[in-house]
Amino acid sequence: MLLSVKDLHTSYGKIRAIKGISFDVAEGEIVTLIGANGAGKSTTLRTLSGLESPHEGSITFNGEDITGMKPHDITKKSLIQVPEGRRVFPQMTVAENLDMGAFLRNDKENIKEDYERVLTFFPRLQERKNQKAGTLSGGEQQMLAMGRALMAKPKLLTLDEPSMGLAPVIIEVIFEIILKLNEEGITILLIEQNANLALGISDRGYVMETGIIKLSGTGEELLANEEVRKAYLGED
Amino acid sequence: MEFFVQLLIDGLTLGGMYALIALGFTLVYGILLMINFAHAEMFMTGGFIGYGVLNLLGSESTIATVSDTLPFMSFLQSTQPFFTTTAVGFILMMLLTFGISAVLTGLLGITIERFAYRPLRNSPRLCALISALGMSLFLQNFVLLAVGHRMVFPTPEFLANLDAVPLFGAIRIAPIDLIIFITCLVLLFTLDRFVSKTKLGKAMRATSQDKDAAGLMGININSVIALTFFIGPALGAVAGTFFGLKYGVVTFNMGLFPGIKAFTAAVLGGIGNLRGAMLGGFLIGVLEALASGYISIAYRDVITFAILILILIFRPGGLLGESVVEKV
Repeated sequence: MLLSVKDLHTSYGKIRAIKGISFDVAEGEIVTLIGANGAGKSTTLRTLSGLESPHEGSITFNGEDITGMKPHDITKKSLIQVPEGRRVFPQMTVAENLDMGAFLRNDKENIKEDYERVLTFFPRLQERKNQKAGTLSGGEQQMLAMGRALMAKPKLLTLDEPSMGLAPVIIEVIFEIILKLNEEGITILLIEQNANLALGISDRGYVMETGIIKLSGTGEELLANEEVRKAYLGED
Repeated sequence: MEFFVQLLIDGLTLGGMYALIALGFTLVYGILLMINFAHAEMFMTGGFIGYGVLNLLGSESTIATVSDTLPFMSFLQSTQPFFTTTAVGFILMMLLTFGISAVLTGLLGITIERFAYRPLRNSPRLCALISALGMSLFLQNFVLLAVGHRMVFPTPEFLANLDAVPLFGAIRIAPIDLIIFITCLVLLFTLDRFVSKTKLGKAMRATSQDKDAAGLMGININSVIALTFFIGPALGAVAGTFFGLKYGVVTFNMGLFPGIKAFTAAVLGGIGNLRGAMLGGFLIGVLEALASGYISIAYRDVITFAILILILIFRPGGLLGESVVEKV
């Protein structure tokens, strides 16, 4: 297993946001966590990236225990997150934002190559190279946030609600790119409210509810599951 | 005209020092959204360290006293004539004085952040503010007890013997003013390049814009904050040492007024904005010089601050506020 989470608990003060979840992601997979608002999905990703520290449980990544490590040390291990709400650096240009993604790398030649590659993935960014990231549209910011994460050469890419607030056309583009990245060998852990779309491209999925994992299965199984259809796909 | 230019020169020299101090306020605010009230004391401490180093290198009596208790320091006796009489020696002595003062004060800044601010980083912002006030009082009183309330700053012989530099017409500029002005410009320019072009500088900007996201890029937030707390105090120390050289005295409470003015300069330029702090510093320096020259020395602060209030009424975000130029 590339990522293996065992009995993870994380709290904000007295509020227990995740209460003992366990799940795995194998190399090459696309895995989705779905669930309602407040189910603890974002907290899970934040804990994986070291932005929150768990008070119980363990996270093993690529054979190494990374529980409680600082964000910058986890990034060093090539577990890269595209955070909720894009979180691009608004006052820096698109090019500078991409540079920041490669902060830990020193292989100038390869960085240049990856930079070009990201711009071919997202031609819109090419046009806006020298524009401040804060002036981009939501979709462009999402592309920039993903491009920035790619500059870090992820082994595991975690994405927190990449479709949030975007027009359906843009969402389609984003998901196509997620699939393409996966084909290139990047393992994907995805959080989505748009369960239909996310489960459609996923190998496996987990359903979270108030801090625990309620269901798990392959993407198809979950899409066919009656409970899931009722709760997340808006069907009766 | 000549009077005006002379005032302008005074103002720019003073403004350069304000700008150096203002950068410390604005750098820390940009990253931690905290007003480091102890920053004025970095300026003061830097002045006292400069005073100590200059005496240690150039004053025969100081060297004699020090050598009595610390015999290994007696080598300074043989270097003293070189430092005080030759041009190369003088330049070297200045570089050492400013360098040592900047580095030590910078390290003091890092230490203060580590022990007085970092433990409070996730507390309400008021806590760090109060800790900063406490740090300010502590440093003032520490210097007062350990060194004294007022120290006459030595004027290096070589500097005293330099003639004023003629600019044009009857306008002359004192060597020390010229040194201050040029050094300030060089430092401001270097910092500006550092922040906009180097990897570390960009990491500082990224951290100031979004700490979580910066962490996800692999930037060690604590190191960046420590770096900020080195650069700010180091620049403040340079200003403090210049203050001593220019006015011939350092006092334990000398940080108060330059501190307030530099803070105002940072706000005027748009707090968190580097170029804003530089602009604000020079503006306040020039306003102050013109006000004291044309109206009244006694009222100069009143006039300066009245103009500042007017500017802030119309541009509450400062001259280069948020949306125009990036903050650090």
